[in-house]
Amino acid sequence: MTPELGHFALILAFVTALMQGVLPLIGAQRRRTQWIALARPAAQTHFLLLAFSFACLAQSFLANDFSVAYVAQNSNTQLPAIYRFAAVWGGHEGSLLLWVLMLSGWGAAVSVTSRQLPEVMVARVLAVLGLVSIGMLAFILFTSNPFARLLPAAAEGRDLNPLLQDPGLVFHPPMLYMGYVGFAVAFAFAVAALISGRLDAAWARWSRPWTTAAWCFLTIGIAMGSWWAYYELGWGGWWFWDPVENASFMPWLAGTALIHSLAITEKRGAFKNWTVLLAIAAFSLSLLGTFLVRSGVLTSVHAFASDPSRGVFILILLGVVIGSSLTLFAWRAPRVSAGGAFALVSRETMLLINNVLLVVATGSVLLGTLYPLLIDALGLGKLSVGPPYFNTVFVPVMVPLLLLIAVGPLARWKHADLRDMARRLRLSFVLALLAGIILPQLMGRWTPMTALGCLLAVWIASSTVFQIVERLKIGGGNAPASFWGMHLAHFGIAVFVLGVTLVGGYQEEKDVRMQTGDVVSVGGYQLRLLGISAAPGPNYRASVGEFELSKNGRVLKTLHPEKRQYFSSQMPMTEAAIDAGLTRDIYVSLGEPLDQQGAWSVRVYFKPFVDWIWGGCLLMAAGGFLAVLDRRYRLRVKVAASVPASATA
Amino acid sequence: MKPRHKRIALIVGGLASITIAAVLVLKALDSNIALYITPSDVIAGKAPHDKAFRMGGLVKQGSIQREGMTTRFIITDTAKEIPVAYTGILPDLFRDGKGAIVQGRLGADGLFSASEVLAKHDENYMPPEAQHAIDQAQKK
Repeated sequence: MTPELGHFALILAFVTALMQGVLPLIGAQRRRTQWIALARPAAQTHFLLLAFSFACLAQSFLANDFSVAYVAQNSNTQLPAIYRFAAVWGGHEGSLLLWVLMLSGWGAAVSVTSRQLPEVMVARVLAVLGLVSIGMLAFILFTSNPFARLLPAAAEGRDLNPLLQDPGLVFHPPMLYMGYVGFAVAFAFAVAALISGRLDAAWARWSRPWTTAAWCFLTIGIAMGSWWAYYELGWGGWWFWDPVENASFMPWLAGTALIHSLAITEKRGAFKNWTVLLAIAAFSLSLLGTFLVRSGVLTSVHAFASDPSRGVFILILLGVVIGSSLTLFAWRAPRVSAGGAFALVSRETMLLINNVLLVVATGSVLLGTLYPLLIDALGLGKLSVGPPYFNTVFVPVMVPLLLLIAVGPLARWKHADLRDMARRLRLSFVLALLAGIILPQLMGRWTPMTALGCLLAVWIASSTVFQIVERLKIGGGNAPASFWGMHLAHFGIAVFVLGVTLVGGYQEEKDVRMQTGDVVSVGGYQLRLLGISAAPGPNYRASVGEFELSKNGRVLKTLHPEKRQYFSSQMPMTEAAIDAGLTRDIYVSLGEPLDQQGAWSVRVYFKPFVDWIWGGCLLMAAGGFLAVLDRRYRLRVKVAASVPASATA
Repeated sequence: MKPRHKRIALIVGGLASITIAAVLVLKALDSNIALYITPSDVIAGKAPHDKAFRMGGLVKQGSIQREGMTTRFIITDTAKEIPVAYTGILPDLFRDGKGAIVQGRLGADGLFSASEVLAKHDENYMPPEAQHAIDQAQKK
């Protein structure tokens, strides 16, 4: 019964999406107050129905209802309850349901918190979100129904892929989708503004907190995915330029460009067209990401058995979204005024360079990701684009961007004084140079790349701190939340860059054969294998290694990496053991038994400052959230209410 | 400067940086792609000798041999077979008779030295490139 209720709620949600997507739009055009007023309740009902539907699917998982095909494919009675719940989004159908639930959640949030916006604007924004929802729900209902029954019911489920049986599954996909889908709100605001023809500073101010919030979730989502890959996949790396990682990274890059260009549009009324284009691009890249992950066209870590024909539907949806929004853009853009003038040296120029660099970075990642698909589609053969491509292309684009992070916030709007900026950056410059010379030597070896990384990190961090100090001197108590948010996020980038540099330059990796009693040294630490023994788990059997970690003869800790064999799927899984620390991680994972003497292959890593990578990402996200809290976003806009919304329509 | 000059300067600057970026990108792309080549094509001499490439297929049943940290095995597309050597820890799902992709270089002696071995994270999943190699071999 529960699955049918869930399915029914899904159908009702589709109907409310139709109402939400069509009626308010027409209402806003023809000024029918009742139709406009429909938007908020429709969006909220839409969310409640999807939440109910989602709860039904979760209930089917928790109750082990293997008469539901999706449950039978992704769960098992032996699976611990928390993973039975997380398994809801462990497969194709459920993750789409999560996607559309998140979308409706953002819609409901807009409908509840946007009291200060003109009704017509809200109606259009919610309508656009409704339209996106229609597309996604049609996809779910017609091709990927999670509630489809299995007759006869399976006696036991096929189990969740062991790789996914990890706390990472509980948090990573929801965070990532919150971010992905959150860009739909930025997109909806942009399209609504295009329809109304009112592309102005007020629009940018409304759109900003939503865009920033989505960006924060995406940042956390990507960071968690990276951390998950680090400890769970047993590879010990934090980024692989895997196509699916790129799929989430491209919207992030475009989104980062967008939050900066929104700043110009809000403060100076400039670059409106550009900002709108970026909003469209960020959401389109989110959809592209969904397509790449869910269609299985890519060879990647995320390529679990999937159905390519479903990809066609998302591709069509992507085409419709991009095509219609660009058409609308082409029709409306010529009417948009140019905005305020500015000098060559100014905050505007700095942000423009930021945008150009980020867009180039996005483009190069896009090219590297789609190139193999393109060549394959043209029948020119199969190939793969490796990490060296991305590193050679990405680093040169990022270096100027990182250099400018310190400079940009110092520049005044309209016209900046170069000499004044140089004076304020003098000390940072000296510190950065010193860091570039000294830090790599402290770590043991000086190389140009590590020197560059340390220089950049200290350049950004110190200039950020000095700007805060300057502000405090002139009375920082009244600095807006967005000021603190920006500097916190930029400081996070410095932390991130330092982590990436040091782990890249000084990590040690060893694949060795080890027998009981053997010792391996890495990064000045010694690891002794005390033994490997069998241990039972709830739904697996494990071989557990016991390693003694010591430094200079002093025992620090015992580490227990595992090799698990899951009962239901007979799949082996590597669980690494990590001794995490502020300045380094020691990482041990078991390979496999090698011979009759009980020797195993063992992988040992020394990872200096690796946790700073994710710490930096968290600081960036925290900065973003702080900026969202800025009071000015919640001020009622007096002028807005008096302007007729469809003045140009 | 007049506003018009400023705009021209911005556009020229933007275009110049995009051109430089495009050149860098294409150069990097050209030197960092790895072609997929099937075992049959390797036998037919279509594999590059100076460049790394990828090869997909099945790990031949019973072909896995270990010598310390080095593993030797055979990748087959069911028609032709190529011996492969790899030093290091293999992925969890690298198994006898299952699909795998290897990346590396072909030696003059016909031994493929793999720098990377990819097997997928799902018991029932076949890498499309491995499937492709088998389909190609069986068509002939």
